[in-house]
Amino acid sequence: MSTGQTSDGFRAELREWLKANCPVEMRDSGMSEDAICWGGRNWKFTSTAQEQWLNRCAEKGYTVPTWPKEYGGAGLTREQEKIFKQEMERIGARSPLESFGIWMLGPALLHFGSHDQKLEYLPPIARGEVRWCQGYSEPGAGSDLANVQTRGEDKGDHWLVNGQKIWTSYADKADQIFALVRTDREAPKHKGISFLLIEMAEGGVETRPIKMISGISPFCETFFTDVKVPKHRIVGEENRGWDVAKYLLTHEREMISGGGAGLSGGGRALGAVLNETLDTMGDTLRADAMRCEIDALAIGLTLERYKDQAEAGQGAGDASAMLKYMGTELNKRRHELMMTAGGSDALEWDGPVGNRAGDWLRTKANSIEGGTSEVMLSIISRRVLGLPA
Amino acid sequence: MSKLVLTEEETMLADMARGFLDGAAPLGKLRKMRDDGQRGDPALWKQMAEMGWAGVLVPEDAGGSDMGFTAANVIAQEMGKTLAVSPFISTAVMAATALRQVSDARAKQALARIASGEVTYALAVDEGVKHDPDATQMAARSDGNGFRLSGKKTFVVDGALADRLLVLARTADGLTLFDIPADRSGITRTASNMIDDRDAARIDFDDVEATGEDVLGQVDHAMDVLRPALQAGQAALAAEMTGLAAGAFGMTVGYLKERKQFGTEIGRFQALQHRAAHLWSETEVTASAILNAGRVLDETPGDATLAVSLAKARATATATLAVQEGVQMHGGIGMTDAYDMGFYMKRARVAAEWLGDYSYHAERVAALRGF
Repeated sequence: MSTGQTSDGFRAELREWLKANCPVEMRDSGMSEDAICWGGRNWKFTSTAQEQWLNRCAEKGYTVPTWPKEYGGAGLTREQEKIFKQEMERIGARSPLESFGIWMLGPALLHFGSHDQKLEYLPPIARGEVRWCQGYSEPGAGSDLANVQTRGEDKGDHWLVNGQKIWTSYADKADQIFALVRTDREAPKHKGISFLLIEMAEGGVETRPIKMISGISPFCETFFTDVKVPKHRIVGEENRGWDVAKYLLTHEREMISGGGAGLSGGGRALGAVLNETLDTMGDTLRADAMRCEIDALAIGLTLERYKDQAEAGQGAGDASAMLKYMGTELNKRRHELMMTAGGSDALEWDGPVGNRAGDWLRTKANSIEGGTSEVMLSIISRRVLGLPA
Repeated sequence: MSKLVLTEEETMLADMARGFLDGAAPLGKLRKMRDDGQRGDPALWKQMAEMGWAGVLVPEDAGGSDMGFTAANVIAQEMGKTLAVSPFISTAVMAATALRQVSDARAKQALARIASGEVTYALAVDEGVKHDPDATQMAARSDGNGFRLSGKKTFVVDGALADRLLVLARTADGLTLFDIPADRSGITRTASNMIDDRDAARIDFDDVEATGEDVLGQVDHAMDVLRPALQAGQAALAAEMTGLAAGAFGMTVGYLKERKQFGTEIGRFQALQHRAAHLWSETEVTASAILNAGRVLDETPGDATLAVSLAKARATATATLAVQEGVQMHGGIGMTDAYDMGFYMKRARVAAEWLGDYSYHAERVAALRGF
């Protein structure tokens, strides 16, 4: 397929391809944790269909549709990507692959990586062969993220890394970690950080899951003891890792806010759930749900608008902070409503309405991870409104 | 659908509108009008007509500029920022859209007179305290070849000064829309003393004669003509409210940067920073709904209810928040008549109510979204 193809032609061709290649088992709009394919060296496919679906998509570049073809993508334009999403949604196709490599490291590498680094790291992400995790936060570096203390000592051909990360999502299942490491302890805090790519299997890296209020352990503590990281495994310049970190954070925030606006599938859930309880929900809940729906629609349109603006070259610089703030606060509201609608059924772990309580509790992290709502508001007030710090 | 970004032309229109309004109808003009006991500004409307604004939705062959709904929204938004007073929404947006649904020589002539600025209109729809066209009680009784209109209309925005009225009335098998001169015998207009210092009227119809010629569209099928007009008006009003919110917000952020207390600018306090940042976030999200409503009206006007009601609901919520935060963050001075923030607040309240309040539009969104 060429990028010069007409939209209609692309849609028709894609529809044909999906019909022939998307296994029926993968057409259930699956959004639950179990339905997600994360990939990686240790990944156990939950079904043959899941494996087939990943491989067929990877071959076409459809796991990362907008990445350039030489790095494992399909090189789709934004218009084609929209069509791609519509057609996937039309048949209820599951996402073939989700990963932090796709959401976060990939975009950072596309922007800051050398050609060799792109060739080395991006295709395995696109094919689901390597699973990455993010090593940002530390016990003493939460909202004050630039306060990282994990240090990398310069040993000539490598850095010797020691320290601890926390809230590393799925670190226990990941193959590699992209981490912020202090490589200059004398410089001001933003100027002595490097962005390193660390192999987790080569010794010195230990992970320990943290049990959360939702009963599951998606987050870990990750410990580094004398881990040797070769000098070429750095993205961007030495001590300029904060630039990469910030860039990547905007992608993380967009991803989290997208979930809030319901564009990843959760949006339809509210209407469906509320309909089931329409007779019993009461006017107050219904009114709250209407408000939530209105805000969700408008935030969804804002995501669209910012993408359109970016494409038109009208950068919306710090818009991701706003979207992250609005999207996550909305998502928390949505899940509060879902719990209320579920009544006592929603109060059981894996009860009659599934894991609704777990999902509800999970959303409470949305306005903390990737920068708290309060940090987002401070970013907006300084960078957008120009209020004094 | 076209992208949710203003085109170069639309951006130029916004810049031009801003430039014109800063000169001809700046913030503060409304105060002067109020102090002079003036509820309308015919000279300003004439200028707007010359710029093509009165004919923004009138076809070119009727002398209009035919720029479309997004353009109309752009103009309304700029008017909101400076609280410019004009019959733009009643006449150029709603009456023009209603007339455009009818393709006869009389409608074309009426459109031409709108575009030239010769004639202004008001919509006489509401009868109770809430917008609800379906609940119209006013009767248009058959009388020979014509009708006799009797009843009361309220909150007829621009109604005391308008040259003509679009009147919604109940006929034998439905609702019918009449296009009649406002000074026809039997019509009594009473200007309302509105909190936003603009024109609105209560209008009594006492056995007012109307002919078949006065019917706009088909007898018993008013909504075919009126619904598109109301939707266009609701979108433009939402755009005006977004401009209003931006105006109030700009004034507030400016104040946060200059007002000093405890020895420093109050904008340094995190409690105020976060409230301002939240308000900005709400205005950004609402701006998307406005842009979307314009695009949908331009491209799929038959299917615009969701987009329009979403825009009006969001704009109502955001403008309300903007003026409340505006007064609060200004403190005592925000409460004084000498300061302009109060004008934003009072206009926001009237605009929130006009053409359907938050609940009215939220119900429409809910119905279309399946709950």
